[in-house]
Amino acid sequence: MSLYATGNQTVGPYLHIGLNWLVTRNIAPRGVPGERVTIQGRVLDGDGVGVNDAMIEIWQANAHGRYAHPEDTQKKPLHRRFRGFGRIPTDARGAFRFTTIKPGPVPGPGATQAPHLVVSVFMRGLLKHLATRIYFPDEPANRRDPLLRLVPEARRGTLIARPKGKGTLEWNVILQGKDETVFFDF
Amino acid sequence: MKTLRGYRRYHPGTQPDYDYPPYRSTEKRHPTQPLVIAPQTLSELTGPLFGWDDVKPTDHDLTRQHKGTPIGERIIVSGRVLDENGRPVPNTLVEIWQANAAGRYPHQADQHDAPLDPNFSGAGRTLTDAEGRYRFVTIRPGEYPWRNHYNAWRPAHIHFSLFGQAFLTRMITQMYFPGDPLLTYDPMFTCIADENARQRLISTFDWETTIPEHALGYRFDIVLRGRDATPMENRK
Repeated sequence: MSLYATGNQTVGPYLHIGLNWLVTRNIAPRGVPGERVTIQGRVLDGDGVGVNDAMIEIWQANAHGRYAHPEDTQKKPLHRRFRGFGRIPTDARGAFRFTTIKPGPVPGPGATQAPHLVVSVFMRGLLKHLATRIYFPDEPANRRDPLLRLVPEARRGTLIARPKGKGTLEWNVILQGKDETVFFDF
Repeated sequence: MKTLRGYRRYHPGTQPDYDYPPYRSTEKRHPTQPLVIAPQTLSELTGPLFGWDDVKPTDHDLTRQHKGTPIGERIIVSGRVLDENGRPVPNTLVEIWQANAAGRYPHQADQHDAPLDPNFSGAGRTLTDAEGRYRFVTIRPGEYPWRNHYNAWRPAHIHFSLFGQAFLTRMITQMYFPGDPLLTYDPMFTCIADENARQRLISTFDWETTIPEHALGYRFDIVLRGRDATPMENRK
């Protein structure tokens, strides 16, 4: 039997009603090992205005580079209390902020992938969610990352968070314009 | 690491474009640069999994979240979550949200002049069973106006959020009701180019799940991206 996937639709302006119960601003509960980091930023529309009805979801590996998922069969430790999922709505200014641990490197096609978080972006006005990634600054592995290398060099910076004081990084979702964030099609 | 099997790409015409002028909000919110086509890696072939630690067994019944009974027509919405190969997607999280019977959301951004219902919050969730089945008890949502164009009204709909078993199977969709005259005018519905794909967003009346003297049944099956036949390589 062969079927076609159901059509995607926008979350609309009232997404919080159905989705806020699972808001997770601290992805790594106390006791989960790893380098703690806070990531903050804004979701900005084509006029540079903050999007107040957006939400991002994060999926990541643990500090050893293993995903809490049965298809990750690497012989690396799992942590019982670490799922690796975060859901963060934007506030009135389009800003978001969450805390997690830096993931370890994970295997990739051709080369190991540099530490990264995968991100889904949802909002009113977006008919299908967008997929992007957050990479870490000062990370030598970024140069060899198989996905970063597919991105035109001038746009790679949109995927790499910037240091913003101790333990804090800044990363924005810019929908249009000169600094438009790179989105992936898998 | 054993070889991983990737997911099929979406069939042409079955998914909306990001830039769809009839839905005005897409204008400033669609990417203008082409998306970067990327290989599916371990990061996208895995994804968050949820269980009964996350969801209460009663979370599927939107009519029993308050002291009183919500106003409106009680309905049963049920169906199966399948992949494109026709296999059930078991134990996966399904989240829904919707307007009340008068077409109003309990949300500060909703200023439509229709009554709120103190007995209806409009949100529910559940997990599919081993055969991919899910079931919600709710009330039929009302239509409501929005300011997209002159005299714009959203057809009655229920928002659905699904995860499947990978980052790549994440999906948000909307379920509509059969025979709704507003569908023709609705850019959310018409943004799907393929006529058959559009029709699949409409639930069907279901005699089997209709409960005598109690509630009408509507059936809505959801199909998530399915595995490709060809395995892909994921070297260390």
